[in-house]
Amino acid sequence: MPDTPNDRIETFYEVMRAQGISRRSFMKYCTLTATALGLGPAFVPKIAHAMETKPRTPVIWLHGLECTCCSESFIRSGHPLAKDVILSMISLDYDELLMAPSGLAAQAVLEETIAKYKGNYILAVEGNPPLNEDGMFCISGGKPFVDKLKRVAKDAKAIIAWGACASYGCVQAASPNPTQATPIHKVITDKPIIKVPGCPPIAEVMTGVITYMVTFDRMPALDRQGRPLMFYSQRIHDKCYRRPHFDAGQFVENWDDEGARKGYCLYKVGCKGPTTYNACSTVRWNEGVSFPIQSGHGCIGCSEDGFWDQGSFYDRVTDITKFGVEANADRVGLAAAGVVGGAVAAHAALSALRRAQQKAVGQSNAAKAAKEEA
Amino acid sequence: MLETPNGYMMDKSGRRIVIDPVTRIEGHMRCEINVDEDGVIRNAVSTGTMWRGLEVILKGRDPRDAWAFTERICGVCTGTHALTSVRAVEDALGIAIPENANSIRNIMQLNLQIHDHIVHFYHLHALDWVNPVNALRADPKATSELQQMVSPAHPLSSPGYFRDVQNRLKKFVESGQLGIFKNGYWDNPAYRLPPEADLMATTHYLEALDLQREVAKIHTIFGGKNPHPNWLVGGVPCPINMDGVGATGAINMERLNLASSIIDKCIEFNNNVYIPDVIAIGNFYRTWLHGGGLSSQACLAYGDIPENANDFSAGQLHLPRGAIINGDLSQVHDVDPRDPEQVQEFVDHSWYTYGQPGRGLHPWDGISEAQYVLGPNAKGTRTDIKELDEAAKYSWIKAPRWRGHAMEVGPLARYVVGYAKGHEDIKDQVDGLLRTMNLPLEAVFSTLGRTAARALESEYCGRLQKYFFDKLVANIRNGDTHTANVEKWDPKTWPKEAKGVGMTEAPRGALGHWIRIKDGRIENYQCVVPTTWNGSPRDLQGNIGAFEASLMNTPMERPDEPVEVLRTLHSFDPCLACSTHVMSPDGDELTTVRVR
Repeated sequence: MPDTPNDRIETFYEVMRAQGISRRSFMKYCTLTATALGLGPAFVPKIAHAMETKPRTPVIWLHGLECTCCSESFIRSGHPLAKDVILSMISLDYDELLMAPSGLAAQAVLEETIAKYKGNYILAVEGNPPLNEDGMFCISGGKPFVDKLKRVAKDAKAIIAWGACASYGCVQAASPNPTQATPIHKVITDKPIIKVPGCPPIAEVMTGVITYMVTFDRMPALDRQGRPLMFYSQRIHDKCYRRPHFDAGQFVENWDDEGARKGYCLYKVGCKGPTTYNACSTVRWNEGVSFPIQSGHGCIGCSEDGFWDQGSFYDRVTDITKFGVEANADRVGLAAAGVVGGAVAAHAALSALRRAQQKAVGQSNAAKAAKEEA
Repeated sequence: MLETPNGYMMDKSGRRIVIDPVTRIEGHMRCEINVDEDGVIRNAVSTGTMWRGLEVILKGRDPRDAWAFTERICGVCTGTHALTSVRAVEDALGIAIPENANSIRNIMQLNLQIHDHIVHFYHLHALDWVNPVNALRADPKATSELQQMVSPAHPLSSPGYFRDVQNRLKKFVESGQLGIFKNGYWDNPAYRLPPEADLMATTHYLEALDLQREVAKIHTIFGGKNPHPNWLVGGVPCPINMDGVGATGAINMERLNLASSIIDKCIEFNNNVYIPDVIAIGNFYRTWLHGGGLSSQACLAYGDIPENANDFSAGQLHLPRGAIINGDLSQVHDVDPRDPEQVQEFVDHSWYTYGQPGRGLHPWDGISEAQYVLGPNAKGTRTDIKELDEAAKYSWIKAPRWRGHAMEVGPLARYVVGYAKGHEDIKDQVDGLLRTMNLPLEAVFSTLGRTAARALESEYCGRLQKYFFDKLVANIRNGDTHTANVEKWDPKTWPKEAKGVGMTEAPRGALGHWIRIKDGRIENYQCVVPTTWNGSPRDLQGNIGAFEASLMNTPMERPDEPVEVLRTLHSFDPCLACSTHVMSPDGDELTTVRVR
């Protein structure tokens, strides 16, 4: 933190109070934050204390090769609201998508922020740098984006990789990756990076990660791939509300068929839920309105490394020998992620078998009953 | 001094000013201008500074997956590339989608227009007209009166409400941490609003940030998430089940009610906030009618929002199709995306080569080979560009032309085409606005006109969104719950070779995808997107594109503070991730500098 009192950054609580937010609303906010992070009520005072005493953290948000879906997702956040994050929780000092100035005036902001908050700002990266053509497939200020990324990373306190682009490369890095688009951990090798994958990540997951860091002044617990455990430690399949249909062997066989209309499992039409680690089936999207499976399409696995190159989104996942259904995220992450395997197929087959057995039992019971009646 | 064939006097003798990065846009862009001694722009050079190569990546993939790849071209206009893609595949394979799928797709596409236009106006564009720092000087009571005058129906209008927002703003500014507002050009005389209008508009910046969250939920209902909802070749992935077993896993009454409530919110915001704001702000800038560029000369629209499924004939589209050239509004030419003579792309000033100069290629036959070289008069080095040489190659954007003409696309182009065709809704809206503001028709051809057309379109799309929702409900009432056609889902049913084209009107303008399918795989894929048209570099003949044309002859209050440049560039809502990617026609190996 800066040493002189004049440079002291306002605390989150001070800002909220200054903006006319009551103590009561502030505590309510802390409760919501605790809930969003999956923490118990015991954590509320802790969050409140942190908010009251911790200064607002400057954030530099860089854009490389990307499609801006991460920023768009971020502003959809319902708790906390994006405007409260931007105006009150953090100090978004540099973000080319939202900032007022351009050109030299914008470049000056970047220089100032780095100089003033050396070692104290969070770097958030959306997109990734291409390395081919001397980096000039993505130019910023007349120079390769990768140079800017490395420069800003050097003095950052912590680095967040937003989305599949920064974390894994995403669509522009799909085969044959013509620009050699490269995930940021391959060009920033001397700092820990928090990966928040997904194309895009869920809004409340993004703000949840930032809130966690601001609140507890530490990185969240991460898995071996660098993903926050709180949101990425379980598969979509593990907590999918259609899981009972999978277990019962009830599947959508084709689009808009009877099974589709009854909300059966989408495994046979390519759902990648069994191999995808994300919070979609629990946190859901856009303030809980739905998630892909609930709206009738299988998961395409967008938070997994290399999900673009694992065959068609409609191919049934088949080869699961590497990961048992109960395998943890680290083990799956170590294997070539994305493809589900035989275990799921076997799992499905078992479910179908069980269903057939039950049906048979049911039929024989019915027959028995009919006999007795007769 | 040099006159371009499309009528602009280019003079680069004055001082050169470089703007890089251009902020508050999607993607990466650079702009260089020359200003004369009076600070008037006499030469403009716009450069796309990124390339992702998505069409190269699409080659050899399953055409049914293409929507997901192309959707990731842009997360701001999320969904429109996906829709264009499924249309291209369906066109190639002769797949007819059900009526409900057409209604749901239209609702999603219209919803995107509204969402995108609102976010663009308030969060990417407003700061070119509105000065949030000046809002601190506003009298909340007078602001309340202004609000009630411009929009009596908007409930958030009390003096206390504006005082609260102003206090929040005040503390924010006083904290010294200005965040996104830092280093804005806040004392530049180009800002013309009185403090009360600044406070009202800044307040709506925050209201719109809340509102857009709600608007996007239509995509979540039908597509499972936003950004990047899911789509399906042959229809839509969401089934309909109104009252049967398992209806909670489908579009049911609760889902329809949620959609309906969001549709109402869109209409309300357009009527009570967006349109009144554009009129109020526009009135203070009514004499600043620069930035028209190509809009009075050459406009292109493919049309969109088909009334009935599978019928893309011009007369059946709610958003108009047509081309206007040479400033002749009395004649609207029909547009055929299959005609090899109409849409062509050129690369003479782009960082690609076709092997010979002046060659134009139709998207079905396009080739791209990267050639990143700076011209002899460029300043700096290839990895530290100080000044570009626009006489040579200078952009990652290609130069598309319609029958050889550089064209403007987007809301203003759609409205000019619609107006010229006598489209009733569009004509009513435009005439009404001009009457309200007491401005002549010529005022439409300006930066302000572009911004106003976007607002009018958002309002029109709001009504259409409701229309197609009602149509969907009526169709369900009549017993049709069909949402997908799976007859040709299996690639075994496809012909050995096929080609197709999909078209939409993306929020930023005419969008086309051209696909060739061979043996069940993508043989060739090309997107020609709105910002490729608008941000086009020059062609061999020297015709300048829409961005460059719109900047010409604009006077600047302070040339080193590019408020006017940003205002006009932003009025197009540039999307650089969309504009800068090319395709591959054959199987050549990709190398560092050679992309085929």
